[in-house]
Amino acid sequence: MKTRLTTALALVLGLASPALAQDAILNVSYDVARELFAELNPVFAQKWQEQTGRTVTIDQSHGGSSKQARAILEGLPADVVTFNQVTDIDVLAEGGMVDENWREAFPNQASPYYSLPAFLVREGNPKQIDDWDDLAQEGVQVIFPNPKTSGNARYTYLAAYAYALDKNNGDQAAAQEFVKKIFANVPVFDQGGRAATTTFAERGIGDVLITFEAETGGIAKQYADAKLERVTPSLSILAEFPVAVVTENAEDKGTAEVSKAYLDFLYSPDAQRILARNFNRVHDEAITAEFAANFPDVKLVTVEEVFGGWDKVQEEHFAEGGILDAVFVNQ
Amino acid sequence: MTPAVPATLAPRQDRSARWLLIGLAVMLTLFIVVVPLIYIFWRALSGGFAIFAQNILAPDTLHAIWLTAAVAVVTLPINLVIGIAAAWLIARFTFPGRKALLTIIELPFSISPIIAGVCYLLLYGRQGLLGPVLAAGDIKILFALPGIVMVTLFVTGPFVAREVLPLMQAQGSEQEQAALTLGASGWQIFRRVTLPNIRWALLYGAVLATARAVGEFGAVSVVSGAIRGQTMTLPLQIELLFNDLNTVGAFAAASTLTLIALVVLILKTVLEGRTR
Amino acid sequence: MSVAAVIDAPAGRQRRVLPGFGLTMGLVLTYVGVIVLLPVIALVLKGAEIGPVRFWEIVTAPRTLAALRLTITAAALATVFNALYGLLMAWVLVRYRFPGRRLLDAMMDIPFALPTAVAGLSLTALFSENGWYGQLLAPVGISVVYTIWGVAIAMSFTSIPFVVRTVQPILEDLDQSQEEAARTLGATPFQTFARVIFPAILPSFLVGTTIAFARSLGEFGAVIFIAGNLPMKTEIASLLAVIRLEEYDYNGAAAIALTLVAIAMVLLVVSNWLQSRLTRRRVPA
Repeated sequence: MKTRLTTALALVLGLASPALAQDAILNVSYDVARELFAELNPVFAQKWQEQTGRTVTIDQSHGGSSKQARAILEGLPADVVTFNQVTDIDVLAEGGMVDENWREAFPNQASPYYSLPAFLVREGNPKQIDDWDDLAQEGVQVIFPNPKTSGNARYTYLAAYAYALDKNNGDQAAAQEFVKKIFANVPVFDQGGRAATTTFAERGIGDVLITFEAETGGIAKQYADAKLERVTPSLSILAEFPVAVVTENAEDKGTAEVSKAYLDFLYSPDAQRILARNFNRVHDEAITAEFAANFPDVKLVTVEEVFGGWDKVQEEHFAEGGILDAVFVNQ
Repeated sequence: MTPAVPATLAPRQDRSARWLLIGLAVMLTLFIVVVPLIYIFWRALSGGFAIFAQNILAPDTLHAIWLTAAVAVVTLPINLVIGIAAAWLIARFTFPGRKALLTIIELPFSISPIIAGVCYLLLYGRQGLLGPVLAAGDIKILFALPGIVMVTLFVTGPFVAREVLPLMQAQGSEQEQAALTLGASGWQIFRRVTLPNIRWALLYGAVLATARAVGEFGAVSVVSGAIRGQTMTLPLQIELLFNDLNTVGAFAAASTLTLIALVVLILKTVLEGRTR
Repeated sequence: MSVAAVIDAPAGRQRRVLPGFGLTMGLVLTYVGVIVLLPVIALVLKGAEIGPVRFWEIVTAPRTLAALRLTITAAALATVFNALYGLLMAWVLVRYRFPGRRLLDAMMDIPFALPTAVAGLSLTALFSENGWYGQLLAPVGISVVYTIWGVAIAMSFTSIPFVVRTVQPILEDLDQSQEEAARTLGATPFQTFARVIFPAILPSFLVGTTIAFARSLGEFGAVIFIAGNLPMKTEIASLLAVIRLEEYDYNGAAAIALTLVAIAMVLLVVSNWLQSRLTRRRVPA
């Protein structure tokens, strides 16, 4: 209906409507992946044309990934999701939008790349922020987005929690106290990772930005003038960036094939190289070696190891009235 | 604040007060209203015309311009028809609930547009009240053109009626009654008698409604879904560019809307001369 | 739709019923239902679902209260400024003749014509530390962007025309013979204004300020650019409603939205009441 209306409008207006592609998919993604997919999409389009002779346009929508998941449940017609958190796709699976066994549909548990929460500090690191401990100090302003809307921020929460558990020999109460202190140092919780970056880099609020390593790398490059410095903490949590075909929509629109091809493409060497260049860690060893300078050593723990899996995290931490609600005092 | 009286009986002290007030008014208006307007063009063109053109011609911005125009073109005739119908209904007939109907028609003026967007989500969203019905009929409203158009209609709905209604009431129905007695049909009466009388007010209302349709931000932002190059209207595109850290692009996009605003302003001034 | 349409006929003359009742009623009801009423009803139903206890909890939560307080305070600041500025502009535009008056008059409509997002973008850049205004204010230690002052300025900009445009016509129609009499009797210009002119324009002035205040409360587009949206500090209530929505917290969103609608309704009633005192509306002929 929309296309027909749009075409009719184009005729009425006498304006050239954008060329009608043979294939069109909508990739609904997390907030800070804007530049990444702007770079990846043309490469896929070219490959798709070579393979099938068909043109494809890939539309993008970016926002905090939980917010995006909600929009899809409300009817945002996503064909594929490229999120930064398993739970946000699980929500879609529960809503019947995504296949239940979506984790088996693609390699590496459906995660073509991964990253970890890392820090970005101001020139010369004036507050000497080197590790999670330093974030809980009084007088340090910490910037990360709203953990209710942003998967990015939930990783920050989990990483800080994991660090404290590690340090306090698994003492849950101490870990909660520690995370609470960090939360109390956050002056503003933006809705998505990019808004948090803007708050830190453009508005000059805060001493340290916590976001995906991929974002700290890209932003440090983009704000070369400001001489922002990347800091990798001693321990962080593995942040998988899971992908899935939104079967419900894709079958409806007849885009299942191109959607799957698009996600497969993310595992191809070409795509992995673009990913690594944009500071995302990939599983391909050769490419990782090629961009070794982008990826400092870090001890990575997983949600499974520390928290016993995503279901448990969801239940104990993120559900309404869970531990996150208890430490997220700034409500 | 020392007000002055008309020049006719103004002694010298009044005259100095007069120039003081005029000066103050001009200065304040310059600072508050004019400079922000000029600043948009200044920033948009700060990188030179080539960069400005490049930003305007960026595919997503171009599409946003196109979508904004489309929304304006679709909403305008609906607003005109409904505005005239509402004015006719309320000015020419009495019926129970007439006052209540007028209040409901004007309701959108007192509801914040962003709240309107929330209402739309609660009604037309897949999780909303009508969600199951819409899904069953495969009707997509939100995150697509229909949703953007509908929520724009919500925001711009009262403009035409509000301009036309007072005029129709003031003019009375004498001429229409006469035409009716002479055997004219309803359509003839409307076209030959009513329309010529209300045309300037109608046009004025249309200009106001269109200006608002082009510039609506809050309501549309909730129902758009932010699909780049698809459901981004110009005002949304401005925010997106701003958040993408592309300030020059944001100002370039903003300058097109500012130009539209200036055209609206000129039309409005001309029409006011006609309607008053 | 078969309600007999009867027109209140002026003294003694029998009138015929004009056509189009069914058609216009059908059109208007369809439109009002689909576009206006159903969405608002959806909000009310959602609000009713929450239950009074939870509703009260949401509305009185510290963050909600802080947002409401900020919204109302900033709107009040904006309205005080607009009331004074609007009065000044109305007076200058009506009572004085000077070169550029018509241009100045046209300028008053800029805030209505300019999309709010554009206004927000421009004001934010102007008042930011390296903007034209920010540069002047920073040395004095005044920061506007990301403070309540920024919120107030954005609100003020978008509601400038209300006071001017409601007071202007009344001032134009004002019979000046009373003023002249007052002056002849030796009243100072200030006394003349305070005792003769101001009471005459007071109702329209109040209507204008009430609408300006209502509009400021609901302003979103211009504010979110300049406010910085810090929770508990510079987060406006309508934004909080959207944030709750995005957090899946539909109850929270609906409760806050309903509160805002309720405040707007109260203001609407006040302004209608003032308006009915201002002009006794004639029944349509």
